[in-house]
Amino acid sequence: MKYLLLVAANLRRKKLRTVLTLLSVLVGFLLYGYLGAIEVALGQGVEVAGADRLVVRHRVSIVQPLPQSYGARISRLAGVEDTMHASWFGGVYQDPRNFFAQIPVEPDRFQAMYPEYVLPAGQAEAWRRTRTGAIVGRRTADRFGWKIGDRIPIQAPIWQKKDGGNTWEFDLVGIYDGRDKGTDTTTLYLRYDYFDESRAVGKGLVGWYVVRVKDPEQAESVARAIDAEFANSPAETKTETEGAFAGAFARQIGDIGRIMRAILGAVFFTILLVAGNTMALSVRERTSELGVLKALGFSNRQVMAVVLAESGVLALAGAGAGLGLAWFLVGRGDPTGMLAVFYVPAARWAAGLALAAGLGLVAGLLPAVQAMRLRITDALRRA
Amino acid sequence: MTHPILQAAAVTWISLRTIPQRRGSSGAAVFGIAGVVAVLVGTLSIAQGFRQAMTAAVAPENVVVLRGGVDSEMLSILGPEEVRVVEDTAGLARDARGALASAELYVVIDLPKRSSGTDANVPLRGVGPAAYGVRPEVQITAGRRFEPGRSEIIAGRGAAAEFAGLDLGSRVKVGRNEWTVVGIFSAGGGLAESEIWTDAVVLQDAYERDQSYQAVYARLDSAGQFDAFKDALTSDPRLNVRVVRQADYYAEQAEAVDRLVTVLGTLVAALMGMGALFGALNTMYTSVSARRREIATLRALGFGGGPVVASVLLESLVLALAGGAIGAGLACGLLDGYRASTLNWQSFSQVAFAFAVTPQLLLEGVAYAAGIGLIGGAFPAIRAARLPVAVALRDL
Amino acid sequence: MSDNVWVSVRGVDKVFVRGSESIHVLERLSLEVRQGEFLALMGPSGSGKTTLLNLIGGLDRPTSGEIEVGGERLDGMSERRLAAWRARQVGLVFQLYHLMTALTAERNVELPLLLSPLNRLERRQHVATALALVGLKDRARHYPSQLSGGEQQRVGIARAIVTDPVLLLCDEPTGDLDRKSGDEILGLLQALNREHGKTIVMVTHDPHASARAGRTLYLNKGRLSAEMPE
Repeated sequence: MKYLLLVAANLRRKKLRTVLTLLSVLVGFLLYGYLGAIEVALGQGVEVAGADRLVVRHRVSIVQPLPQSYGARISRLAGVEDTMHASWFGGVYQDPRNFFAQIPVEPDRFQAMYPEYVLPAGQAEAWRRTRTGAIVGRRTADRFGWKIGDRIPIQAPIWQKKDGGNTWEFDLVGIYDGRDKGTDTTTLYLRYDYFDESRAVGKGLVGWYVVRVKDPEQAESVARAIDAEFANSPAETKTETEGAFAGAFARQIGDIGRIMRAILGAVFFTILLVAGNTMALSVRERTSELGVLKALGFSNRQVMAVVLAESGVLALAGAGAGLGLAWFLVGRGDPTGMLAVFYVPAARWAAGLALAAGLGLVAGLLPAVQAMRLRITDALRRA
Repeated sequence: MTHPILQAAAVTWISLRTIPQRRGSSGAAVFGIAGVVAVLVGTLSIAQGFRQAMTAAVAPENVVVLRGGVDSEMLSILGPEEVRVVEDTAGLARDARGALASAELYVVIDLPKRSSGTDANVPLRGVGPAAYGVRPEVQITAGRRFEPGRSEIIAGRGAAAEFAGLDLGSRVKVGRNEWTVVGIFSAGGGLAESEIWTDAVVLQDAYERDQSYQAVYARLDSAGQFDAFKDALTSDPRLNVRVVRQADYYAEQAEAVDRLVTVLGTLVAALMGMGALFGALNTMYTSVSARRREIATLRALGFGGGPVVASVLLESLVLALAGGAIGAGLACGLLDGYRASTLNWQSFSQVAFAFAVTPQLLLEGVAYAAGIGLIGGAFPAIRAARLPVAVALRDL
Repeated sequence: MSDNVWVSVRGVDKVFVRGSESIHVLERLSLEVRQGEFLALMGPSGSGKTTLLNLIGGLDRPTSGEIEVGGERLDGMSERRLAAWRARQVGLVFQLYHLMTALTAERNVELPLLLSPLNRLERRQHVATALALVGLKDRARHYPSQLSGGEQQRVGIARAIVTDPVLLLCDEPTGDLDRKSGDEILGLLQALNREHGKTIVMVTHDPHASARAGRTLYLNKGRLSAEMPE
């Protein structure tokens, strides 16, 4: 560590260049963090899906409804622990741009199925008592400034009410939080009994089922058993794990992940060039100094280590600042207003630091080898 | 004394001649900027391609009639009476068989994507006999049109390329219905190319929709009649409908994805541009400091400060433009026409599109590169001009 | 070899190859320097003075012949061992000082000690002693750019002696200095030789400088002689 003094001094040598290099590395890692958050958001749910949950939907399309009676039949199948159903409400709050999902469910079954949505006991109790009650996630509540006790009017183009209107009003009785960072807290959940009773058409139909299996190992075979149960009926089903369902949905958006990775690749290539170039320049300028170090008895390896440490420090400092800034910006929310979750999982931060170390190594390697090969007598003459 | 412009040219020529000596640092700047431009043009070409797919080939005379208060035909419903009223409204273009108005159904079916093998929402549209008259851009490129009353479908060429099982002659099982693909059609690059079409009546049966439809696509005599047509429909007490120009309707539909890609693309390109700017500054500062003595010598010989500033700026600009050209070329060569599909959130169905690298985008990319080059050259140029001649001469 | 011979060069050749041309810089050259001696090497440019000094300092290796310093054979030593040997056994003083511009005087002097097992406190003490010896105690925190040429060369000498080597090798130590500063540096070298027993080999082309040495040898066309060549 006593050589750090040399490293620090070298970095201070051309402050402007050091700062410029630091900034370009910073920008690269800022993008890394930011694009990471976007990639996670577009693949939403895939990383946090419950391994023991299945989604059962209509074989033709998730848009086609299933009979409510399927619930009891699914529950009777071997390996099934619990089921619930959900539907698509598809309403609009004030303006179509204010998109968030609204889903009619049965409160008790919903809470048993999704422990990751944390609702205070008092609020859960209030929901059980209030037919027109609804709960909403923290993100959406914050977005529109809703408080418990508010009455939320929602236009539902799909669902006309029996009285002919399309405006549904819900009493906000609870606000839930996500147990994990990646939990989507944008959805509003309303009560299915109120929904089913009040709608003009579609009675007794639900959108899809969620099934908890007793043993995640058996998920595939339970899924096959469910689909077999309803084969050749008017509404055949397609069952898959929640992760596969979310993954397929994410892939519908397109190969966003691949595009993001392509962009990241381009970014890193660029940064590597910039940083590597700067390192090479600063080593070339210091040829004679490195020669003197060797003359004083520093070994080739020690000189190489000094150069490598210099590029490592640059890369790590720049990356640290960039990741920090990304963390700050990602925390401020997504720039498009359309992504359900916006965060960077811890593993990606760690991978970022590993990448930074790699960048430092690669960028410093060529100049370090040059420094190592430097002949003292040549280096001293060049001064 | 020579004219300052000639001086500048001479100094620039000297500095450009020395670029090979600074191959590494100049190359890094060029490729850094090339990367930025490639990413900028690439992401914006996605938005451009998507927008083109959504809005191409839409005639200005075309209108869409939906249920009142609805922003997507997915959520719309129109009864047979309402459809008849729309068809009888004045202002519609006509052909031998009657008014050019096609009452349509719109459902979504699951088909596996060829690229990933995972299910995607593919739109299946039931159309009326007037559909081809309303959309004259629809041309059968292989096979034939479906026959009314039969379980036959024709697939847009985008859908056929993007999703498995839509080859000519193949059979598609959807629920208990089986459809035969009898034709592939093009639609001038428009959104219809992402769709599968069949007879609306057959689709009504298959989906137990009785006589109801979801939207009427119609063609007016002229685009100027839109307001009159719209007023006639919206003031009719028998109807509760929304009338929009087809172009506006598609633009609405495209907005979410368009906004997402454009915002993200611009953001990424702006940040990367900053990164490249720092790289360019580094390169040019290095160039100036490597040529310290040379610049001082020129100044001592009587060259003015202006030509020195100009030469540094020009060198930077030349490098940036080279990078911009390489980046634009890369984006054009690798990405233009790259076929992809994505989910259109408003209609909850897939839109097949091709990345579109337009001349406009290329120009924007190169202009961005030039901007980076100019800013990256400006500060070092000022430093070069301020270099005290005597000190610099003694320095090395 | 008698006991008090510290540097022994025996039949050394040094050939530099530049493209197709090979230049014979040193030819079958032999030289002995006793411990405690102050030897000046003179000769015209390109006579091989610096090359010879580099060989004795282990910065370069002879094409053929033997070099022994302090009882250790330098020819044939691996680069790694040579580096370690230099760190312990020799102090180098350059014409252009070769200080690290980014380091203060005391940090520059400390550099060779980073290669020793000394701890931070011990290093500080050695640095302070060396700086005091060259008379720069009050300039310890200055950067090279804040020092005069003579002062920079004193820092260079302090760096050379901080590890307390027997042998000091000086390449034109006064070549870049005015007469007054040069005299001070030469006085310092003399004191190090007389009072601290340092063995010094100094390359110079300045008769004023060589006059301070105990013995002067002339190098011409790769050969040594005790007489000034015609």
